[in-house]
Amino acid sequence: MTEMPQVFWLFSIVATLLLITGFYCLIVTYNLVRALIGLEILTKSVTLFIILAGYITGRTALAQALAITLIIIEVVVIAVAVGIVLCVYKNIKSIDGRLLRNIKG
Amino acid sequence: MTINIILNIILGVTLVLAAAWTVMTARLLRSVIGLAITSVILTIIMFRLNSPLAAVFELSVCAGLISAIFISCISLTQRLTDEQAAEKQKERFSKFWLLPVILVLAGVALYQLPITLDFHLPAAPTETDVRNIIWNLRHLDLVGQIVILLAGAFGVVALFKD
Repeated sequence: MTEMPQVFWLFSIVATLLLITGFYCLIVTYNLVRALIGLEILTKSVTLFIILAGYITGRTALAQALAITLIIIEVVVIAVAVGIVLCVYKNIKSIDGRLLRNIKG
Repeated sequence: MTINIILNIILGVTLVLAAAWTVMTARLLRSVIGLAITSVILTIIMFRLNSPLAAVFELSVCAGLISAIFISCISLTQRLTDEQAAEKQKERFSKFWLLPVILVLAGVALYQLPITLDFHLPAAPTETDVRNIIWNLRHLDLVGQIVILLAGAFGVVALFKD
């Protein structure tokens, strides 16, 4: 029980650093697949925060239910986004986001 | 400092390093492998935080299924030539050299923050069985998950219908 604050503090820092990594990737990259990878890292950070909150409050069962919901949403978002990236590639033969700036309509 | 805390520190540092390598490496395939490694380390952390069911989901879905989706996407796009890869590598260094600096500075700054952790835990856990929570207490979440899965499936079908 005495280790609990240290565990919380340590993994809070880790989750925050993951959040920074994911945001940095999303801001800097123009590659659409790499942007999705940045999004994945962001959701991993959120998953860690949820599990950590459940561990600290003693409600791990509820936290696990929420984490499972988050993982399912994550998979669906990634599957659809990858489909969109492939459609973009089929049309412009590139996965560079800069080439999509002149899309009209 | 107990062995548990040392293990937690090692796992935490490895997780951040794996995520940073995932973002910074030049080849997309290596990036996807890095993402899978990140998922595996997160799974171990989740096991240690008393969440085995969510950890199994993370391992099978995030390290398995999502990696497969990304790899199939990469295999359907054209591979870079060696010259293009070398050019991209230079470009990546100019873009991403700041990330390790930011991570180290943020880590040190967060560690030094004068926050006192005053843990007055809330009431005792009301329900400890995950199955009971998923099937009885939060069954609306299940409906939402089914709707999202169907929306995703129809979305993919609509994208590739020709």
